Amino acid sequence: MAFIDRTARSLLLGELVSGMGLTLRYFFGRKATINYPYEKGPIGPRFKGEHALRRYPNGEERCIACKLCEAICPAQAITIEAEPRDDGSRRTTRYDIDMTKCIYCGLCEEACPVDAIVEGPNFEFATETREELLYNKDKLLENGDRWEPELARRLELDAPYR
Amino acid sequence: MVKVTIDGITVEVAAGSTILQAAEQAGVEIPRFCYHERLSIAGNCRMCLVEVEKAPPKPIASCGYPVAEGMVVHTDSPMVRNGRRGVMEFLLINHPLDCPICDQGGECDLQDQAMGYGMDHSRYAENKRAVPDKNLGPLVKTSMNRCIHCTRCIRFITEVAGVPDLGATARGEHMEVGTYVEKALGSELSGNIIDLCPVGALTSKPYAFVARPWELAKVDSVDVLDAVGTNIRIDARGPEVLRVLPRINEDVNEEWLGDKSRFAIDGLKRRRLDRPWVRENGKLRAATWTEAFDTIAAKLKPLKGEQIGAIAGDLCDAESMLALKDLFVSLGSTNLDCRQDGAKLDASRRDFYCFNTSISGIDEADAILIVGSNPRKEAPVLNARIRKRWASGGAVVGVIGDATNLTYPAAHLGAGPSVLKDLQSDSHDFAKVLAAAKKPMIIVGQGALARPDGSAVLAAAWRLAAHVGALSSEWHGFNVLHTAAARVGALDLGFVPGPNGKTLDSMLGGGVEFLWLLGADGFDASHIGAGTFVVYQGHHGDAGAHRADVILPGAAYTEKSGTYVNTEGRAQHGFKAVYAPGEAREDWTILRAFSAVIGKTLPYDTIDALRARLEQVNPVFGRVGFLPRFGCSDHTGPAGDPTVLSAAPFVSAVANYYQTDPISRASPTMAACVAAQAAPALAAE
Repeated sequence: MAFIDRTARSLLLGELVSGMGLTLRYFFGRKATINYPYEKGPIGPRFKGEHALRRYPNGEERCIACKLCEAICPAQAITIEAEPRDDGSRRTTRYDIDMTKCIYCGLCEEACPVDAIVEGPNFEFATETREELLYNKDKLLENGDRWEPELARRLELDAPYR
Repeated sequence: MVKVTIDGITVEVAAGSTILQAAEQAGVEIPRFCYHERLSIAGNCRMCLVEVEKAPPKPIASCGYPVAEGMVVHTDSPMVRNGRRGVMEFLLINHPLDCPICDQGGECDLQDQAMGYGMDHSRYAENKRAVPDKNLGPLVKTSMNRCIHCTRCIRFITEVAGVPDLGATARGEHMEVGTYVEKALGSELSGNIIDLCPVGALTSKPYAFVARPWELAKVDSVDVLDAVGTNIRIDARGPEVLRVLPRINEDVNEEWLGDKSRFAIDGLKRRRLDRPWVRENGKLRAATWTEAFDTIAAKLKPLKGEQIGAIAGDLCDAESMLALKDLFVSLGSTNLDCRQDGAKLDASRRDFYCFNTSISGIDEADAILIVGSNPRKEAPVLNARIRKRWASGGAVVGVIGDATNLTYPAAHLGAGPSVLKDLQSDSHDFAKVLAAAKKPMIIVGQGALARPDGSAVLAAAWRLAAHVGALSSEWHGFNVLHTAAARVGALDLGFVPGPNGKTLDSMLGGGVEFLWLLGADGFDASHIGAGTFVVYQGHHGDAGAHRADVILPGAAYTEKSGTYVNTEGRAQHGFKAVYAPGEAREDWTILRAFSAVIGKTLPYDTIDALRARLEQVNPVFGRVGFLPRFGCSDHTGPAGDPTVLSAAPFVSAVANYYQTDPISRASPTMAACVAAQAAPALAAE
């Protein structure tokens, strides 16, 4: 009996039909893939992407050269040098992040007392040469200027959980 | 002795100690801000609260509470914890939350103790007190909002430094620490208030915002900018020396450091010799080591031993001086001298040129006669020791020489050497003081020796010491105060003219054909004969390098391991903190390499082998850090006729404390100090 049952099933191609049915269901269902780079997946407010140095609304840079990010960085990717600026305030003369060393843990952002160094939503900063990934202060400040609305929004969304 | 129990640990302490001192002996930690073991007790921070059984039932400030027999103290009871938490809360009411921009961050007592003993949050939302910052000159930066009124700085500058420039005005919340009339601090020890400040109110101005303590590599060393041999810690980051801090050594510097030694380090980055230079057609041109060595070797080859000479400078380590001496001896020359200032030092016996009483011995002296020296400028840390002795009520001080403010009252006995004669013949009032003293000290400065009648002054001072009983089998009261860190080491290894050797004066003016200057910038290089071929080996482009025909770049004291013998005769090792810039090398290795070029290879390849040779030359180099004190049984005086004294007044060897050597002359901070000293009020604006 079992023999007849098995033979009938294989002759009628039942598995194939149900398999093709599944394919057909997915064919008309919602797509799981996206058309990157024209479409992008959603990212949360805590996403740890490319770094940026932020400014205050009056244009003054936030970073006060406290060097806590440099101290906490587990990959030792941050290098800071500081000296008094002409007005006597404490500022960095050098703020470098080696993005090839960085492990994107976000500890620098957590250590920063003034929300100056942040990891923004940008993850598309691949370069053709290694040297381009050695960010200096100008590059980081420029990132900050470019991404400021989104950085501020992120921090605002994440603020209740900090 | 009194028995006290602290947290269950019973200790025996001297009667009259405070609970805090007893706790230190018991190994129990009590937090404190205002208490400092070398300053008077103020008792105004209230952080050191403890509970004492059978005493008034309230927290007691342990720093000012004397122990009593059988006292039982608790330092960790609920009452004490509550009390400390309350005190910390009060201290933090007005303390700004600016740790991220504060230079004290990472080494701050307030930070640490707030973590250890404070609350986890603040209950205050009110505005904080705001205090205008004071300008205390080019060395100390102030941020008076951070001040917690511990008054350590005031007590230090008044009690230890003896320059009562700082004080507090108003009281309570309105209290402000400052100079009242704004001016630069007038003390040579002012940098120490930076170390003493438990918060970030007083920080180092040249070091402002430069680095964090955790970034720095710390290396133990010895200061060479004066002859005290202050123990220091060099803090460096990468190739740069960023700051110098004192290390505690009770026998030498306690825990103080002079301003020059602390702040002149920015001179190590300027005017450095970082490659060899050779003079061609009257102009120096950059060269390679091989070229420089070949030029010297070619010049040296036809010369005989008596035609060549060497002079050692004031900052040299003993190793390089010995290498130079060995090299010249192998070339048949005994024309060696280390006495750049022409001081008539007698190297025949060690106690003729050492500070025999030792620095810690000052604490026992009961009469001190200073001859031709201004210790405040020549050795500020040692001067603080004399002041400490005076302040304890034990010593009377007399001065022959400049009548200056030494920070303690000193009887001015006269300006010239004739006073020595009067004291010898007991016709001077101070002779009675010296004669009555059990442990009299006579300190002879370089100002008294670096003059034509220097050897007569030395002999007269020795004779006086013998006369007043300063030389006995238990006590050696004859002291020479040096100003050059290398001098005693050089004399110990015999860097002086040998038999038929020429002294500095006879080497100058064409006395030799070939002159090797090992960091020698302390004499007038224009006196060197026009035909003399000069090799300058050193680290700064100073006087000697300008005259040189070949320049060999050497290492400064932070860049080499070296042995230095301080004015007491205490040998100490300094360690290498950073590498010398460019092609510069450690000095003894240069001499060793050159000796191979001329075929007179020196017999040591490592610093250890060289140190073994040092010890062989003079065993004192083997006694590192340790100084045995001897009395004086042989009263035979140094060479020199003590009667042929001139009438010229003594002048201190150090006119300008802040610029005495190539390093401090290259330092912008020291230049600012000189300007501040000239016009203290202007500098503060």
